[in-house]
Amino acid sequence: MEQILQQLLNGISLGAIYALIALGYTMVYGVLRFINFAHADVFMVGAFLAFFLGQNLPANSIASTILVLLAAMTGCALLGTLIERLAYRPLRSAPTLNVLITAIGVSLLLEYSGQLFLGANPRTFPPVYPSAQLTLGGVILSGNQLLVIGVTAALVLLLQLVIYQTKIGAAMRAVSLNPDAARLVGINVNAVIAFTFALGSALAGAGGVLYAINYPSIDPLMGLMPGLKAFVCAILGGIGNIPGAALGGLILGLVETFVGGSEASTWKDAVAFGLLILILLFRPAGLLGKPLPEKV
Amino acid sequence: MIFHRLPPIFLLGFFSVLGLGLSTAWAEEKGPILVGNIGSLSGKDASFGQAGQRGLILAIEEINAEGGINGRPIQLIHEDNRSTAGESATIARKLISRDKVVAIIGETTSGRSLEVAPLAQRARIPMITPSGTNIKVTRAGNYIFRTCFIDPFQGEIMARFAHDKLGYRKVAVLSSTSSAYSVELSKEFEKRFTALGGKIVAEQKYAEGDRDFNAQLTTLKNTGAEAVFIPGYYTEVALAVRQARALGIELPFFGGDGWEAPELLQIGGDALNGCYYSAHFSAQNNNPQVAAFVKSYQARWNGATPDAFAALGYDTGRILADALRRAGSTKGPDLQKALAATKDLPGVTGKTTFDKNGDPAKSAVIIVIENGKTRFHSTIEP
Repeated sequence: MEQILQQLLNGISLGAIYALIALGYTMVYGVLRFINFAHADVFMVGAFLAFFLGQNLPANSIASTILVLLAAMTGCALLGTLIERLAYRPLRSAPTLNVLITAIGVSLLLEYSGQLFLGANPRTFPPVYPSAQLTLGGVILSGNQLLVIGVTAALVLLLQLVIYQTKIGAAMRAVSLNPDAARLVGINVNAVIAFTFALGSALAGAGGVLYAINYPSIDPLMGLMPGLKAFVCAILGGIGNIPGAALGGLILGLVETFVGGSEASTWKDAVAFGLLILILLFRPAGLLGKPLPEKV
Repeated sequence: MIFHRLPPIFLLGFFSVLGLGLSTAWAEEKGPILVGNIGSLSGKDASFGQAGQRGLILAIEEINAEGGINGRPIQLIHEDNRSTAGESATIARKLISRDKVVAIIGETTSGRSLEVAPLAQRARIPMITPSGTNIKVTRAGNYIFRTCFIDPFQGEIMARFAHDKLGYRKVAVLSSTSSAYSVELSKEFEKRFTALGGKIVAEQKYAEGDRDFNAQLTTLKNTGAEAVFIPGYYTEVALAVRQARALGIELPFFGGDGWEAPELLQIGGDALNGCYYSAHFSAQNNNPQVAAFVKSYQARWNGATPDAFAALGYDTGRILADALRRAGSTKGPDLQKALAATKDLPGVTGKTTFDKNGDPAKSAVIIVIENGKTRFHSTIEP
């Protein structure tokens, strides 16, 4: 029983990071209807920003952790808007496929510029966050897990608030429903899209920092696997749907953990991706996604 | 008809000699002797490749300063495979067909050495892996040699050490499914440890590049294991041991030569205290030859202390130079014969005598981690 609870906790904290990255994929898809493949590399940049700042901050302190988190989120938000402005906005009226290929290009640009300027060797992330343990009746909640779950929950709630309670959130929903109609009622579509990129990239930056604190070996290609998994989570939950991305992250984290901790640990990734195929067979729009007729 | 029996690379060589005529023959006699070095100079296993390269460069510089091979210097061509699968084979083809190297040194890990070995064998270019311990590497043919001990030996000494010296009877194993090294070493360890009367209470798997080991570790936690054997490479090992400590698992971990890297302690830190691993070499060994090597290595590389991979790279350079001198030619078959005849060649990782498979019998050292530092524990003879 204890072991099951412990695995549950492990799964939730792994899934929380996937969820943070998946939110960015899903939000951009919501407003622009394309997958921003450079998102996973923004996640990597977040980890490196925190790495360079964290080296110069006192170790094992909550204040340093908050500072690197905020810095990485701000830096990534800027990077996200910059990418949108330079790479995607000029293609606003081009077919989605062109934007998709550009996204892959931006992703490769970030990865290999990273290798060029930061070096291809993994670096050890500085211990900015204090390590602690909390024992709850045999189940151990590590400080890292608490941080990951806490920060993710807070950010997801904040995101819900922004989208459903603010004016810019209403504008985002309007653009997502129909960009042309939104423009007709006086919404600055470009500004809304830029804001969406900033928000999504800030979440990726936070994800990068949490990932680096948990697994303190970072390199310019570190975004590849978590990015792929988060993409799966976004599809699993129904792409374009925000609670769906969070749910997808949790499901993938839990499945990976329970299979990884069983006799069949070799099949961890196979089961996770097999599950995706199975869900898409029965619910092609994802778990929470609503099948929409193709827009004309 | 005889052409049909020869490998295509030989035909290629034959025609290129015809075409270039005398100039090629002249270059072969006088110019530098080209040797390829394939290593993981960047990426996940960069520590292995870089240390090996530094050791190798030191050896070749010393040999060239001593007058080279009958007056001809050795020139190294360094190639990086970025620690990725598939790259080494492409590099080996380039070294063989374009650079026309006389020998290949590398790769540093078993899995990637297995990519290069069949190509070197087919082209009849001798290959020496400094540190690929998987037994299958040299089984690719008679042109393949290695400088290090093999995994059955490493598995056996770690099983004996865990059972006899540390007194463990129940051990859990955490191994990687995607590295040839980890698969074989875990199998050999389990075979020897159960033969000694010990019990493997649980076995969990991960894949190269995994970062999260919480699931596997939680399963290992309540199996009654007294220690965990983790035959992996340093990045994964350090992350796994850290996560184990965060999960409240205070058991000692132990493993093989894949642990040897300064990054192990950088990533793992104090979590690794009380852990053991087997290695090819320790700079703290007070053997005079080792001490001399440590001194010249530190002088050449800004005070860096050589690790096992540096020592193996150095010995590999020495083994190759010794064979080149005795072969009296740089042709593959002649060099192969000279290498195979290597006998009692002293080196910093022990004496090298190749058996019929191209494997040497070498001693291993056990290293213990205390207070965030590695310490030489003991030497185990084969």
